[in-house]
Amino acid sequence: MTDLAQDLLSSFVIAEAGLNGSKNLGVVNMRKEALDRFETAGFPTTRDEEWKYTNLKPVLKHDYKIMLKSESAVSFGDIKQYLLSNLDTYKLVFINGKYSSWLSESTHQSYDICTFAAALNKYPDVIAKYLGKAAPAGETFVDLNTAFADDGAYIRVKANQTVDKPIEILYITTDENGTSFSQNRNLIIVEQNAEVQVLERHQNLGTAESFTNFVSEVFAAPDARLNYYKVQNDSDKASLVDNTHVNQETGSLVHVGTYSFGGKLVRNNLNFYSGGEHAESHMDGITIIGDGQTVDHHTLVDHQEPHCYSRELYKGIYLGNSHGVFNGKVLVRQKAQKTNAFQQNDNILLSDKAKVDTKPQLEIFADDVRCSHGCTVGQLDKNALFYLRSRGIPKFEAQGLMTYAFASDALEYIKIPQLQKRLNGVIAEKLGINLEFAL
Amino acid sequence: MIRINDLQARVEEKEILSGINLEINPGEVHAIMGPNGSGKSTLSSVIAGREDYEVTGGTIDFEGEDLLNLDPEERAHKGIFLSFQYPVEIPGVTVSNFIKTAINESRKGRGEEPMEAREMLAKMREKTALLEMDKSYLSRSLNEGFSGGEKKRNEIFQMAMLEPKLAILDETDSGLDIDALRIVANGVNKLRSEDNAVLVITHYQRLLDYIEPDFVHVLYNGKIVKSGDKNLALELEAKGYDWIKEENV
Repeated sequence: MTDLAQDLLSSFVIAEAGLNGSKNLGVVNMRKEALDRFETAGFPTTRDEEWKYTNLKPVLKHDYKIMLKSESAVSFGDIKQYLLSNLDTYKLVFINGKYSSWLSESTHQSYDICTFAAALNKYPDVIAKYLGKAAPAGETFVDLNTAFADDGAYIRVKANQTVDKPIEILYITTDENGTSFSQNRNLIIVEQNAEVQVLERHQNLGTAESFTNFVSEVFAAPDARLNYYKVQNDSDKASLVDNTHVNQETGSLVHVGTYSFGGKLVRNNLNFYSGGEHAESHMDGITIIGDGQTVDHHTLVDHQEPHCYSRELYKGIYLGNSHGVFNGKVLVRQKAQKTNAFQQNDNILLSDKAKVDTKPQLEIFADDVRCSHGCTVGQLDKNALFYLRSRGIPKFEAQGLMTYAFASDALEYIKIPQLQKRLNGVIAEKLGINLEFAL
Repeated sequence: MIRINDLQARVEEKEILSGINLEINPGEVHAIMGPNGSGKSTLSSVIAGREDYEVTGGTIDFEGEDLLNLDPEERAHKGIFLSFQYPVEIPGVTVSNFIKTAINESRKGRGEEPMEAREMLAKMREKTALLEMDKSYLSRSLNEGFSGGEKKRNEIFQMAMLEPKLAILDETDSGLDIDALRIVANGVNKLRSEDNAVLVITHYQRLLDYIEPDFVHVLYNGKIVKSGDKNLALELEAKGYDWIKEENV
């Protein structure tokens, strides 16, 4: 067991009484049990099949501060660039894990857009009904988060409501605590026939190492619609394990887009449980990373009921000595006849030192289904490159144009034009090109 | 305009061009014919700057400049255009965005200002009409799902937009039915002027019925073994390539 694990176990005794929800016996017991499981399991190593390609050692070795203080000196000007400009949004901003009411715009009018802390302390019925019901006990990082999670976003959209503007959730880390370990948690409940768009990002503003173990539980009731965008463009000091678990009921549609452009190590555990007929699960993403960066997408779609659709499209572009991992598991249970599952992972290596491990994993127990999957790893096509250059487009721009063309279809599902434009800008910057041709 | 002198080139260890001499002046149309494997496409690729070929000897002078030292994009900026035998499909880039980028990068390469959007649009309208292309072409992904004829027409559309000094048409007639051939040839003829030149590379004489050459050269085993006027093409059509091969054993 690493030192971090031991630090966590001993900190829990001190932290426990001060955590939100400590008056709720159900929550208290849940935390204790989760910590017990973590104590037994510890952090995964590369000997675990699910962590074979991603080594956590370089992240776990730091001496992290676990009980974090917020920082009052952060102003709107410091975080503005991480929010969408020219667009009115609800905002939930957390500094070192603590909710910042002066940087946020929450609401309780037609829907609850507030904090997980408030839910823990004020809505025992909601907590009893939803907490821990999507994210399964027994997964190390989920257990650890369940034990410690103190705050985060709480979104509840009541039946037949469409949230009038997107919700931005921003988790900021500063140097206030030095090297810090954060564990926040979202609870997103979209009731019957309700609709909402959520953007989320984690950002380390400081110079010290940070490590975030994050859990997001999502519940989509019948015919609910959710677009959930994760923008990952953090500093080289920041590592993130994102555990997102989505429970879907009949006729619901959930899209999770993950756009990974930065961070030291990012692991996305994205899990869909398709538990009602005609549910649609969409997950897509673009990864563009360079020297010293690792992004690992581990996805699961668990088809439990008939007539469901899942679509998975991940594009990866790897520069320098970066490392990408894609592990896409599609599980079709015996009952889930007429499932239509699509999965595609395409990667381009723009450097000899870049590396990608890609693994589709299909487990199908029903006999009347349509499941397709494919993965590719390649370089840019030399013929195409010559074709563009022979038309006067310089080599660098031609490479950028081809790379952009390769990746851009993973942005098509985005419903917020400002976000699409913003991401196009990031891509252009990452590839060092002018994207006029595409806009 | 272009003077090719004793050009030798190989791919990997295999010599393909063994001393080509060719001079093309403004206003002229030259045709290069020859049997399969004679080096026709290699010659067009070497002029356009494809890096798979290694030039082992000789020179190419284009308007007083040594072409062999230039990158493919720089050659395009100087006014060289190659119509590909097999145009490449590029999903995700529309024809109009591609041609806009090509024109403005070429202008930038020559130190000129980008073309005004209005002028660009008018020009696209004019050139699509010239090639009897539906405007919906412009918003399709470049060559993706295009038929063979559509791809070739799209090549000539790009040529019309870029207005090169020297256009090299590499087997532009292959894969075209007779109507498409007429449209493509008509497009090329309309673009001809006293200031530009065309090099037609073809296996068959068919295209030369529509684009009439001033000179015809026969390429065999990496050398030009015979030159003449348009009648040479007719002779080749009638007699085949065997007599050329026999003469050059």
